Amino acid sequence: MTIDWWLLFEISLAGFGTGGLYALTGLAFVMIYKATRVVNIAIGEMLMISAYVFFAFSAGMGLPIWLAIPGALLVSGAFGALVERTMIRPMLGESPISSFMVTVGLSSILVGLVELIWTADQQRLPEFLPSKPIEIGEAFVSPKIFYGFWIAVLLIVVVLLVFRFWRGGVALRATASDQAAAYSVGINVPRVFSLAWVAAAMIAGVAGIVVGSIGGISSTMGVFGLSVLVVVIFGGLDSVLGALVGGLLVGLIEALTGFYIGGEYKILATFSLLVLILMLRPYGLFGTHEIERL
Amino acid sequence: MRIGSAKESYAADTALFDSTTQRVWIGLLAAALCAFPFVASEYWLYLACLVAINIASTTGLNLLTGYTGLVSLGQAAFMGLGAYTVAILQTRLGSPFVVNLLAGGGVAMLAGVLVGLPSLRVKGLYLAIATIAAGVIAHFMFSHFSSLTGGGSGLTVPPARFFGIELDDSFKLYWVIVPVTVLMLLGAVNLFRTRIGRAFIAIRDRDISAEVLGISLLHYKLLSFAISSFYAGVAGGLFAYFFRAVTPESFPLLMSIFFLAAVIVGGMGSILGSILGAVFMTLVPELLKLMVGWLPVSVFGGNAALILSPIRTIVFGSMIVLFLIFEPHGLAEVWRRIRRLFHLWPFRT
Repeated sequence: MTIDWWLLFEISLAGFGTGGLYALTGLAFVMIYKATRVVNIAIGEMLMISAYVFFAFSAGMGLPIWLAIPGALLVSGAFGALVERTMIRPMLGESPISSFMVTVGLSSILVGLVELIWTADQQRLPEFLPSKPIEIGEAFVSPKIFYGFWIAVLLIVVVLLVFRFWRGGVALRATASDQAAAYSVGINVPRVFSLAWVAAAMIAGVAGIVVGSIGGISSTMGVFGLSVLVVVIFGGLDSVLGALVGGLLVGLIEALTGFYIGGEYKILATFSLLVLILMLRPYGLFGTHEIERL
Repeated sequence: MRIGSAKESYAADTALFDSTTQRVWIGLLAAALCAFPFVASEYWLYLACLVAINIASTTGLNLLTGYTGLVSLGQAAFMGLGAYTVAILQTRLGSPFVVNLLAGGGVAMLAGVLVGLPSLRVKGLYLAIATIAAGVIAHFMFSHFSSLTGGGSGLTVPPARFFGIELDDSFKLYWVIVPVTVLMLLGAVNLFRTRIGRAFIAIRDRDISAEVLGISLLHYKLLSFAISSFYAGVAGGLFAYFFRAVTPESFPLLMSIFFLAAVIVGGMGSILGSILGAVFMTLVPELLKLMVGWLPVSVFGGNAALILSPIRTIVFGSMIVLFLIFEPHGLAEVWRRIRRLFHLWPFRT
């Protein structure tokens, strides 16, 4: 059998397209984890909420797209702040398992809310990405995935720059590296926690709107979050670089298995990768190896 | 400890039920459990069986998560393995159900040890996520090894036979499910009076210190996984006999979350907590069903089923969150508080 290189290239591109979105959501996840040490399993559901809010603004209330997107992102940010204040802040100082379980509960609440308000049926988001097919050589890329990828890349770059140079971003990185030290130099750590959740919710919001416009929205959209979980475990929970590399790689692997073996093997491949990486490097590719002392 | 019950020997101090009052209450409870099927309606018997199955599985998860400190989101997968083993043995071989249940527990146990193997290197939340992988892989096996598992449509299980009697309704099944659950509960309670149980607790509290004290981490972590998934496997076997059908969709990730929620709501590291948690988490959805029935029809446009499932999901999630924030030691702690109130009355604690 000869390998059709253009076909392989085409599938890989599609894989990288989804991978970009994984990386973006992974970034939101890592941001929360680094700042607050909370493993947020509800990240997929936060994505879903933003997509539905966008759906309500654009299709439900008939707002134009350029108003609906910022509106949805603002609501997502406010929602992130609300979650942080009411659910995460009271868990400060509790064991990481407890705060993890709080986000498990949160994901359940969000799924229920979406089903209650919008029913469990699949909906379509209004089209806002250009629909002209993209051709690179002989390879053909779906325009939505193509633009989705570039939106993800752009946003990742912006976020990285902001957190490198903006004062609040520096405060966030300081808190992530040493909470007590951050306190002692006058950083308002609880505010940083809020900031991390708001920023992560908004980043997840962008990812949600793009994912929703590619594949439609439904109450099972949170499954996307499972793949993101694999991405961040793969790269290491506290590594931004890991999330980016892991995202692209998981996207690529999913696309390749999906095409060459079959769609139902996708999630199996992802999770086998997860088990493999955990056996070889329990802290992920780029995660910090915590040294335990008595 | 109860006021005014002086212990005069070590045997009395380590007894399972250490006071007369407690023994009387346990006796009353046993009598009530025996009398229950003769007075209860079919619906309540159904619920009682379901609660008993959930108690068995929740206890298993509590051994692992509450006592050993290893968080697992794979309990449903182990239950599934047990259920499928039982279903396959019952349809293919028709072997006695006690053998099937033990085999179901055994298969789940082996899988549990396999999943537990990384637990020495992989810790805390990394482990929790690794057990999600176990669930995904188990689901894949259930739906793809069609020749053995019947694929997506699953298997239909013929009723269990016990001395020639077909256990085909809740009344007859009650006499199997409840004793098995009680046995498993007794086993769990007794486990924590032995070295093994204490080693589990030591590992939970600080695993490195435990190792320094001479507790082999690999040995005891695997043992904990093995016992926990054995419980899940047997519970899964009972599940198969109770619902008489197993499909890959019977054991979703949500079910694992359900059991973890039951452990948290009940109280981590408490057998009483597993019982209370499982009862509470199983009965709340039923209560909701009743309450939705009372709502005026206009509220939901006449379609109760349509809003019942989302409301159930919301209540389920809120319960996890609220318990974690306001009552982190769970219902077992509430129970202890109430008991203390009665003991010490009119003084305050």
